[in-house]
Amino acid sequence: MKFPAELKYTSTHEWVKKGADGLLWVGITDAAQDMLGDLVFVGDVKVGQTLKAAETAGVVESVKAASDIYAPVDGEVVAFNEALESEPQQINADPYSAWIFKMKSAASIDGLLDAKTYESNVADPH
Amino acid sequence: MGNRTPLYETHVASGAKVVDFGGWDMPLNYGSQIEEHHAVRRDAGMFDVSHMCPVDVKGGDARAFLRTLVANNVDRLTQPGKALYSCMLNPAGGVVDDLIIYFLGDDWFRVVVNASTADKDLAWMEKVRGERAFAVTIAPRRDLAMIAIQGPNARAKFWQVRPATKAATESLGAFFAAAVGDLFVARTGYTGEDGFEVMLPAGRAAVLWADLKTVGVAEAGLGARDTLRLEAGMNLYGNDMDETISPLDAGLAWTVDLKTPREFVGRAALEQQLADAGARKALVGLKLLDKGVLRSHQKVVTSQGEGEITSGTFAPTLGFSVAMARVPQGVKAGDTVQVDIRGKLLAAQVVKMPFVRNGTR
Repeated sequence: MKFPAELKYTSTHEWVKKGADGLLWVGITDAAQDMLGDLVFVGDVKVGQTLKAAETAGVVESVKAASDIYAPVDGEVVAFNEALESEPQQINADPYSAWIFKMKSAASIDGLLDAKTYESNVADPH
Repeated sequence: MGNRTPLYETHVASGAKVVDFGGWDMPLNYGSQIEEHHAVRRDAGMFDVSHMCPVDVKGGDARAFLRTLVANNVDRLTQPGKALYSCMLNPAGGVVDDLIIYFLGDDWFRVVVNASTADKDLAWMEKVRGERAFAVTIAPRRDLAMIAIQGPNARAKFWQVRPATKAATESLGAFFAAAVGDLFVARTGYTGEDGFEVMLPAGRAAVLWADLKTVGVAEAGLGARDTLRLEAGMNLYGNDMDETISPLDAGLAWTVDLKTPREFVGRAALEQQLADAGARKALVGLKLLDKGVLRSHQKVVTSQGEGEITSGTFAPTLGFSVAMARVPQGVKAGDTVQVDIRGKLLAAQVVKMPFVRNGTR
């Protein structure tokens, strides 16, 4: 299982990075896709919606289960990766390339989990 | 730790994701559940179904006992090896379990029951036996393992690794079984594809599994088993029916025999239910027209009233989501209904089941 050091993480299994476009890119982690199994639907992301940290930003569904995805920090959803609508399995193949949504945010992501902390949370969920 | 089948170590060595299923540690998948599903539809896959419990019913009253115990008519079993699908009911007409009965001889039937219900089933069978003092023994066969080999090439691949069985099993019709040495080979399954379910001594299961893997039979877990059975329109006990649900409300009226005067447990309740036909429910197939995934317990809104999804999933062979739903009588194939998915009403169409059979839609 991969936990790239350059990314930030949430306890709800999103990864976050600040892109070259100045936006926050958000996806689900390798651990999350592994727990869910084959993904078959990504959606309910509302571009233009302003969210507080930890509010629901959309949903990912595997064959097995549906799982909400959350805003990592306060901000506005400005993009949804529509390629995932027809090919949600991109998330299984390469979870850290397959961003799900982008946020415009003034908030700092420094307070989110670093790779080491997230990895140890996954190894010992309690 | 749950119960483990004789193939547990094999699954772990193959990298299976192991989950609890009715008290058993079972493989959910070995990587991609969807790839396993496709392997069964297009070629051949194998499932460890050793958690299910074969029960041998033996004795002079074996047939009389089963006439009382189950809702289908065991007198339809006349040829050795023939199998029958049936429900076992409680006096209120609820489904204690669904099962397959194999006819092995006039004083020997083999009944295969579900894993999570096995203890309850055995107690129930003993109770029914005792009430009428039937002269039978009821013996669970936990010494046996069971491997389901399913798919268009499943039989050929099984014969490739067990050529000595071919002569005795090549001419088996659907829903027939034959004993070949210590292998019990049945042309049955739970995927909508051709294939065999093979019972064998537990200690020999791992070798058969490894041999089948060598000839390209894909290991498949419970995840793929569920999407395959749902596409094939087959009920799952605990989802689509249980002790509170009549077979008449679960799409299983075809398995209930009321034509013969046989007194089976639950019959009086079923006859009363038939007299109140307006209260009966239908189990129908749904195809989601919008994007998303149908799941069990989602509410279904129809022109005849509300219903509920009993099993739902993404159907890998079809590329969209399908479900079984219990709805009021009068809802027909072709109707458009709405399903409440996380607070949004999405459109679905009522369709005839099965969704997929023998690889085709």
